[in-house]
Amino acid sequence: MEELDIDSIDKLFGDIPEKIRIKGLGIPPGKSEIDVEREISDTLKKNRSFNDMPSFLGGGIQPHYVPPAVRHIVSRSEFYTSYTPYQPEFSQGMLQSVFEYQSVICELTGMDAANISMYDFATSLGEAARMAKRINKKDTFLIPENISWEKKSVLKNYVRNAGMRIKEIPYGENGKVNLFAIGDAGDVAGIYLENPNFFGIIEDRIDEIREIKEKTDGLIVMGVDPLLLAIVKPPSEYGADIVIGDGWMGNPMNFGGSRLGIFSCRKEYIRQMPGRIIGATTDRDGKRAFCMTMQTREQHIRRKKATSNICSNEALCAIAFVAYISLLGRNGLRSLAATNVKNARYAAEELSSIGFEIPFGMTFFNEFVAIPPVNAGELNNSLLSKNMHGALLLGNHFPELKNALLYGITEMHSRETINKMVEVTGKIVEGKYV
Amino acid sequence: MYKMASYDEPLLNEMEEVKKGDTDDTDIPIPKSIMRRELNLPSLDERSVVKHFTHLSQMNYGIDTGTYPLGSCTMKYNPKILEEVARGDKVGYIHPYQHESTVQGALEIMYNLEKMLCEITGMDAFSLQPIAGAHGEFTGMSIVRAYHENNGEKRNEVILPDSAHGTNPASARMAGFDVVEIPSREGRVDMDALHSVLSKNTAAFMLTNPNTLGIFEKDILEISREVKKVGALLYYDGANLNAIMGKARPGDMGFDIVHLNPHKTFATPHGGGGPGAGPVGVKANLEKFLPVPRTIKDEGYHLDYDRANSVGKMSHFYGNFPVLLKAYTYILLKGCDGLKEATERAVLNANYLMKKLNGNYEVPFGGGRMHEFVISAKRLRKKGIRALDVAKRLIDYGVHPPTIYFPMIVEEAMMIEPTESESKETLDRYADALNAIAEEDAEVVTNAPLNAPIKRVDESKAARSLILKWSDFSP
Repeated sequence: MEELDIDSIDKLFGDIPEKIRIKGLGIPPGKSEIDVEREISDTLKKNRSFNDMPSFLGGGIQPHYVPPAVRHIVSRSEFYTSYTPYQPEFSQGMLQSVFEYQSVICELTGMDAANISMYDFATSLGEAARMAKRINKKDTFLIPENISWEKKSVLKNYVRNAGMRIKEIPYGENGKVNLFAIGDAGDVAGIYLENPNFFGIIEDRIDEIREIKEKTDGLIVMGVDPLLLAIVKPPSEYGADIVIGDGWMGNPMNFGGSRLGIFSCRKEYIRQMPGRIIGATTDRDGKRAFCMTMQTREQHIRRKKATSNICSNEALCAIAFVAYISLLGRNGLRSLAATNVKNARYAAEELSSIGFEIPFGMTFFNEFVAIPPVNAGELNNSLLSKNMHGALLLGNHFPELKNALLYGITEMHSRETINKMVEVTGKIVEGKYV
Repeated sequence: MYKMASYDEPLLNEMEEVKKGDTDDTDIPIPKSIMRRELNLPSLDERSVVKHFTHLSQMNYGIDTGTYPLGSCTMKYNPKILEEVARGDKVGYIHPYQHESTVQGALEIMYNLEKMLCEITGMDAFSLQPIAGAHGEFTGMSIVRAYHENNGEKRNEVILPDSAHGTNPASARMAGFDVVEIPSREGRVDMDALHSVLSKNTAAFMLTNPNTLGIFEKDILEISREVKKVGALLYYDGANLNAIMGKARPGDMGFDIVHLNPHKTFATPHGGGGPGAGPVGVKANLEKFLPVPRTIKDEGYHLDYDRANSVGKMSHFYGNFPVLLKAYTYILLKGCDGLKEATERAVLNANYLMKKLNGNYEVPFGGGRMHEFVISAKRLRKKGIRALDVAKRLIDYGVHPPTIYFPMIVEEAMMIEPTESESKETLDRYADALNAIAEEDAEVVTNAPLNAPIKRVDESKAARSLILKWSDFSP
């Protein structure tokens, strides 16, 4: 203050009109670290985690094991306390890490380019629809009727002011979108498909999807679980132009937050892709180096003409993702995917043996729909009272499936956990607990 | 002289592979017709992977490494307790669809955080759902649209000053508005220019206060009156809230909608660009438009989806919960006095540093500054030195460069925001470095950095010949 020749700190706030200055904030005074830590941990104790209470919830988000090494890598404070790498010479570590992330996404999806992430899967879908319109100037975006309602709602927010229409395509008896219902409609900017779909079913109609693409001339946007791509042909073989997904790998469930939205596309559309993109180049000495590239599409340069407003993303989650992939490797990833299919199939078979109906068949990944022989809501309540969390009720959003449950089963569900759940479920079904 | 670690770190696919047992394809219960054979990912052991990323981290600068006065990005120190509280399975291993009775802790924290953000900003309700500042802007603009539509009005223009963050016009465009940019006068909103564009078509005026030059818009009450007079809404970009927290509130200035950046104001780490959060607050008359669900409290905490006028969902679930939890922790730790002190110190630091730089660098526009300030390096142009060169040379001094070439209304702009976390010695060293650079030979400065892990990067080459993944490197 001496240097500034002022006697009171308030002098620095002189531009704020007297009328709006406040005396203080109506929040409690600061607390010591130990008190804060205790308070937060007491509050969080009211949550029951997967470890306190096994859960069988599906819905596109499931518990997965995160190797401790991943957490250690993203806990390097040079990573987590850094900002967007505007100065590449000072940020090579972050830049190379996310370049590796882009590479891994391209390997998995078969696409030519990926950005370093969107906020989440749903916002990836919103941006993909807008991108499809930028590319072919058409207005209709087709989606399966059976995608998560939340994703649908986010998508609507992203397209409604871009002069686009959403048209929903019904699903057939097999739980997959009815490709015939698409017909050869004109004006199609893009067709969104999922693999696995919301009901967990694996998409195997490679040729039919390619045909639909030719008929409608729309872009194929495919939403994926990256783990499935370890064992199933990449979306590029289905003719996909844009591939999006949930980048859960290496990132815990976090109550649905702090994961990432995968976003990748074919070469010819790179310049229409939203988000930050990292490129390799050289430094003045010819040494390999990395930097942000194609920034002329972005909001800080193009302002109102930018492809998107996205500037933050989920960079640290992208490092977790690539660290996770590196630790598992090709074979680790394949065997993990296989474990997920096998565990889910085992659970479905066991439930089937106690009278559950599996309406869409057994070709699923790690989630499946099952209809219990008792009221699904009551079944969940009974399970809760036995310290077990049931599966996701589908009836609220799919009235035709009013008694159906969506199970999510991963490597975290050991045979013992599944057996226990089936045993307790069986007793409830038999009326012992109802 | 500072020297960052430097490794010739290979790419993952260039590292020596460790074979891990092959998966038996015949054993995977999926149709053979769609089975994948090729998966070109390296297989490495944990030791190699950890070494790889540790090397990379050492070639990265973070706030823990040193000063990071990136203007408008508010790179303040992130207390370590924030990392600790977000670490356990009570945060990581809770599923968003869990029965409400099993996530009461998470809901309580979200509920309390909303209330605290209301108090800090003077708003009546907050949604924590947006995942980044720009995402909050898009949410806010969607609320603007919903509000006018609900009133049966079709207003298509959003006004903003030419000093605005680039996300503002981009977000307004994404929400379907035409963007009208008005020139500043002496670094502030030009009231005449504002008058000339306000009309029945104006949906909102977007503003940050203090603005990106670090100047407080002292006519804010008049601005607010004029904007309201034509039936438009006033939107607050909270990127610069660190300048007024505990001293004044956007809600009292007449703002109708605000977004905040907890990774700036509330010290949750930036993570190299995310995960962040962009909570959006509104006045009571706009609450019904906020995204669903809303966290409500009666006997316990609940997620309320029953909101007919809501804009719906902006992201899949409830926002970036760990980030929000860290912000909540920070607010508890600082409390009412600590937040105010942080503001006072941030503003004091900015003014002190600005004073030490006024001479070799020009300070455009008169008057006081708040938490950040903009200097111009145009005096160095006659030596052939540009702001970019000064920035690169700062790297050799071991400090992070400021934001450069923004705001666009200042020639050779360098935007500096030291924040409250830095000591007087650190500020002195930063000023000494900048002042020393101004005296250095142009050849040294334009060739910088000399001490970084790599020399100056050819960014135009990266854009010219795109190499975006491993396989793009020609064999």
